[in-house]
Amino acid sequence: MRPSVTRCISALALAAVLLPLGTACGIGSEAGLVIYSGRNEGLIKPLLDKLEKAVGTDVEVRYGASAELSAQLLEEGDKTKADLFLSQDAGALGALAKQGRLEKLPQPTLDRVAKQFRAGGGEWVGVSGRVRVLAYHPGQVTKAPDSVHDLVKPEWKDKVGYAPTNASFQAFVTGMRVLEGDDATREWLKGLKANGIKAYDDNLALLDAVDSGQVALGMINHYYWYEKVAEKGADKVTAKLHYLPGGDPGALINVAGVGVLAGSEHNAAALKAVDFLLSKEAQTYFADETKEYPLASGVTSTVPDLPPLESLKAPEIDLGKLESLQQTLTMLREVGMV
Amino acid sequence: MTTARAPWVLLGPACLAGAFALLPLGYLAVRSLERGPGFAWSVVTTEGTALLLGRSLALAVVVVAACLLLGISLAWLTVRTALPGGRAWSVVATLPLAVPSYVAAFAWLSAVPELAGFTGSAVALTLVSYPYVYLPVAAALRGIDPAQEEASRSLGAGPVRTFLRVTLPQLRPAAAGGGLLVALYALSDFGAVSLMRYDTFTRGIYTSYRASFDRTPAAALSVVLVVMTVALVALETRTRGRRGHARTGTGTARPFTPVPLGRMTIPALAWCGAVVAAAVVFPLATLGYWLVAGNLATWDPAGLLNIAGVTLGVAAGGAALTTVLALPVGVVAARYRGRAADLLEQAAYAGHALPGITVALSMVFFAVRYANPLYQELPLLVCAYAVLFLPVAVGATRAAVLQSPPVLEDVARSLGRSPLRVLREVTVPLAAPGVAAGAALTFVVCMKELPATLLLRPTGMDTLATRLWTETGVGSYADAAPYAAALILLAAVPSYLLGRQRS
Repeated sequence: MRPSVTRCISALALAAVLLPLGTACGIGSEAGLVIYSGRNEGLIKPLLDKLEKAVGTDVEVRYGASAELSAQLLEEGDKTKADLFLSQDAGALGALAKQGRLEKLPQPTLDRVAKQFRAGGGEWVGVSGRVRVLAYHPGQVTKAPDSVHDLVKPEWKDKVGYAPTNASFQAFVTGMRVLEGDDATREWLKGLKANGIKAYDDNLALLDAVDSGQVALGMINHYYWYEKVAEKGADKVTAKLHYLPGGDPGALINVAGVGVLAGSEHNAAALKAVDFLLSKEAQTYFADETKEYPLASGVTSTVPDLPPLESLKAPEIDLGKLESLQQTLTMLREVGMV
Repeated sequence: MTTARAPWVLLGPACLAGAFALLPLGYLAVRSLERGPGFAWSVVTTEGTALLLGRSLALAVVVVAACLLLGISLAWLTVRTALPGGRAWSVVATLPLAVPSYVAAFAWLSAVPELAGFTGSAVALTLVSYPYVYLPVAAALRGIDPAQEEASRSLGAGPVRTFLRVTLPQLRPAAAGGGLLVALYALSDFGAVSLMRYDTFTRGIYTSYRASFDRTPAAALSVVLVVMTVALVALETRTRGRRGHARTGTGTARPFTPVPLGRMTIPALAWCGAVVAAAVVFPLATLGYWLVAGNLATWDPAGLLNIAGVTLGVAAGGAALTTVLALPVGVVAARYRGRAADLLEQAAYAGHALPGITVALSMVFFAVRYANPLYQELPLLVCAYAVLFLPVAVGATRAAVLQSPPVLEDVARSLGRSPLRVLREVTVPLAAPGVAAGAALTFVVCMKELPATLLLRPTGMDTLATRLWTETGVGSYADAAPYAAALILLAAVPSYLLGRQRS
């Protein structure tokens, strides 16, 4: 038995050397357009299959989380194989733009999307939008407040829910910091905490709680409600939505967007892909599948009861600046929210 | 115990392996000092760093203690006693290793939401990582010559005293090595603590990537984890001592007779049953619930089979490379004293508490600069597994080598055998069961690795773990369940083989 053990180990050693070498033979095969996608495969693969046809080159997609992919892209620098980066949020794109890793997009492409939903320097463009809204239980709330600042008032004591670990909530707090400053934001957060705000795991759990009346009101992203309605039917959903007016910080619109990597070998194809993502077909896909807002001008969502994008009064803010989440987290930790 | 310097045929490959394991540290040095030491220092000394560190350490201490209790008790019961169904128990006892920490955490959280926080994190981490203690301790128990225990009994010591005074000290290298791995696992885990909403140091590093999209603060924080790891390894070296525990008598060790449990049979069975129920049955039942609650029509057996095949392939490659690299390091660590040997072992462990994302980024950093053709190809992924899991195999090898008598090697050498032949004909064959256990262990942990696989896999390739991540990402737990179940079932194969080793 003994010699066979050594043989086993030698075989193992050989395998360790040969296996990688063998598989390395495929190296050098020139890939087509390479997309790094921070959006989930389950959600976006059907669209990217259509994109492949529209662009006319082979498309390879690497899926991951937006933040990790952006760290990877920064680490790869100009040696990256990626041509296109699809991000779940504007912050990750902003970080890449800041390091000069994204190429300025052609003006006609940029012009298809309103100014507030694209990079100031034109390095990335939003493809779909999500609005922060208040969801409330109509049995418990006769009139939802018109500002998140009202939520610290006594009449809302123990009635409000939120999802403090959710990225969209944190982006909203970051937006508030940019708009109103750190001190005002910290005071507001402390006020919420003192007013007995209830924490939920995520937006879905929060919306369920509002729907069942466990909590009277919650701060969520708009599409959760529309997805719930699409799934269960409008008559089965008790919760209602309230869109905050007057540019309230609580009405932030954040976007998922796309940028072309600087020095991309397939620049033309990448730009074609960006145009495809802003095409009516792709924009309608986002609107139907995710209930997000299409951002390209001329495309309107057909989701029932969704107010038109132009009617929303979102705060004016440079979305690329939402990359300073770190201080937001420190603040949330100080206040004892996360 | 030899005090002579290790021969080059060992030291050379061992140094190569050590250098390999140090790659992430090189990366951290570059990144954390990018904006000068002052900036890095200010990040590390921020208020809250100490707090997070304290929370991480508290978690690690509790998880290690619980794992030692579970691991040693199960190992003794399954290996040394007449526990009914001993072999079956020894197979299922290793299975939790295949349960990704976030699956365990999710299962517990959905059943008992009140567990969120420290308790839940400790429960989930203990239940997935106690096999790190169980496996080496079980292997050590199999290797102990029963004559020593019999001698103790014949000299009047009772069974408990014999266990504490004779058996337990011999288990110390194995238990300490396993405990160290558990501690590093608890420190580096992200999946369980983030679901349980328990803020730890590693979670801080992840949020640093996620929140600021800036690698410098994350790297500076990671350095703190490295320092802590080196301290833990030094502590472990002290705890276990460097005494060998090999038998020195003539003849070969006789198989031991199982200890009859008598009236303790029922409690013993209940204990094993409870651990297995919590660590294996419960997550599997949760997966079963997902399956039943979901839509079975979306099943894709062919795709699942394909992905399972890919997973087995890369995990086998990772386990093979890791084991081969770990062998010289493990032998040197077990057999030689001195600065070089200590440093080598430290090097092998240094990066092990780093979060997967940091190790993955370091591989990105080096590969795009110095091995660009390999970047995002399988060989690099296999190399990343070796960097990540080298200590898993080193610990197993070292413990195994420590149990074989060094005098046999001395004799072989005195008979004119070259160091290489001694290694091949004496050291390795004697340590083979332990080395194989290390390989199997590495295989299983490679299979469920996620963060590095996501970044380094060839574009378009999926493993069971990445698929599981994708499906849970859109909240479709029903679609995720088959992949999680396949992961656990595949891991049962090496576990079964390890369990069979008894015979």
